[in-house]
Amino acid sequence: MKRYSVFAVAREGLRYHTGWERAWRSPTPKKKYDAIIVGAGGHGLATAYYLGKNHGITNVAIIEKGWLGGGNTGRNTTIIRSNYLQDPSAAIYDKALKLYENLSQDLNYNVMFSPRGLIMLAQTHHEVRGYQRTVMANQLQGVATEWVTPQQLKEIVPILNIDGPRYPVLGGLYQKRGGTARHDAVAWGYARACSAMGMDVIQQCEVTGVRRDGNKVIGVSTTKGDIDCDKLGMVVAGHTSVLAEMAGFRLPIESVALQALVSEPIKPCMDVVVMANTVHGYMSQSDKGEMVIGGGTDSFNNYTQRGSFHHIEETVRALVETFPIISRLKMLRQWGGIVDMTGDRSPIISKTPVDGIFVNCGWGTGGFKAIPGSGWAMAELMAKGHSPLAEEFHMYRFREGKFIDESVAAGVAH
Amino acid sequence: MLTLHCPYCGIQADETELAAGGEAHLKRYGPGSSDDEFETYLFMRENKKGVHLERWRHAYGCGKWFLAARDTATLEVYGTYAAQTSEPPVEVKAAIRAKHPGWTWKEQA
Repeated sequence: MKRYSVFAVAREGLRYHTGWERAWRSPTPKKKYDAIIVGAGGHGLATAYYLGKNHGITNVAIIEKGWLGGGNTGRNTTIIRSNYLQDPSAAIYDKALKLYENLSQDLNYNVMFSPRGLIMLAQTHHEVRGYQRTVMANQLQGVATEWVTPQQLKEIVPILNIDGPRYPVLGGLYQKRGGTARHDAVAWGYARACSAMGMDVIQQCEVTGVRRDGNKVIGVSTTKGDIDCDKLGMVVAGHTSVLAEMAGFRLPIESVALQALVSEPIKPCMDVVVMANTVHGYMSQSDKGEMVIGGGTDSFNNYTQRGSFHHIEETVRALVETFPIISRLKMLRQWGGIVDMTGDRSPIISKTPVDGIFVNCGWGTGGFKAIPGSGWAMAELMAKGHSPLAEEFHMYRFREGKFIDESVAAGVAH
Repeated sequence: MLTLHCPYCGIQADETELAAGGEAHLKRYGPGSSDDEFETYLFMRENKKGVHLERWRHAYGCGKWFLAARDTATLEVYGTYAAQTSEPPVEVKAAIRAKHPGWTWKEQA
């Protein structure tokens, strides 16, 4: 693999860009791999990457039903933060944030990480108390966040209407290290790095069955034939229940649609990410100038990657009050993804009842920010059988009542 | 927008006047049950890609709970029925089998 650099750009510029090689190979599947990862989204590719980089396991295939990064990796609002209340969450999300900070250098691929800062608005007294508690928890966890007053917020985000009347801004939880990254680039960068290590990224190859010998996984059946493996990682977000059923076990998750939308591009007006959890909307401005807006999930089980129009209407209507300048904006595009929700709104990174099968799912509405940390933990779990970062995210915590309850801590948007 | 026929007040209700209540026909477990049974009842869900039997409440209408058979892969509705049943009525099963010939009700499987 040729490295990307300013010299490469100059060299190719002088020869009409004829020398660029493909970023990753499109191989046909081998008969057998040491490990197969199902799902070539951010989490799956990151898992494969850290399997190779940290644990020296490079005989790996990443199998993808659709196209690379075409699921939730390419459908989210690219927000990155680690200001979680619970210790296990803060640990894994902050690991992810730290890895994001150097990811472009690590992968030799510009993921456009932009630590522009992130604010969660407190618009009720309940939220004020909740976020002040989170600030203190974050200090104990070593995650730098601070509480900011409405006047400070007005200086940081001039387009904010802090007066209400319905939803006055009473303060905010500010994480300066938070921000955004380019979602596609994260998937592409990991895929390129995996391919360079000799791993096979196999797209348009749907898993149709999981083959077992007794209680041990021996491989998968796919639309491109049977492939054998010693270890199998399921990293397929919204379709995890479908895959788990093929393997013969159940998971405590439900799949629902989550939508996002972007406006027409406008001049730079907001250089932080703002989340308003009371009204359930969050917004940032992309490098192209579009206002990127996300809202809440639909309430019913859904696998169609499209959601209900009234949810978009609710999200935008609520945000208009806090951001009056968006009232005349035209919305350009809207899309949906299928998110896998757990009971406590925390992910599952776990061994399963089947030997050799590992599952990484349940990231719900907030998986993008966790990609590097999630891959790091999942790779460690698959390689060594245990991972300190993943320890409390096992799938049996529901039976034991050991929730990592971010559904209460984070309110809703997540 | 999803619309469901409310079997009690008889109108076609829009999604905005309904509240989703999750998977239907769960078997409830009380005191004395095993950890396995409690976990299954409280957290484990079918989460089917395909036929899904689920609870809805006509929240901004008659306020009553009813059940619906819906396809989570196509959003097609196969029928709605009263909540006071332990399995889908014959006509709903027939509507499901017209599209999914091999489909069986879980209690029969």
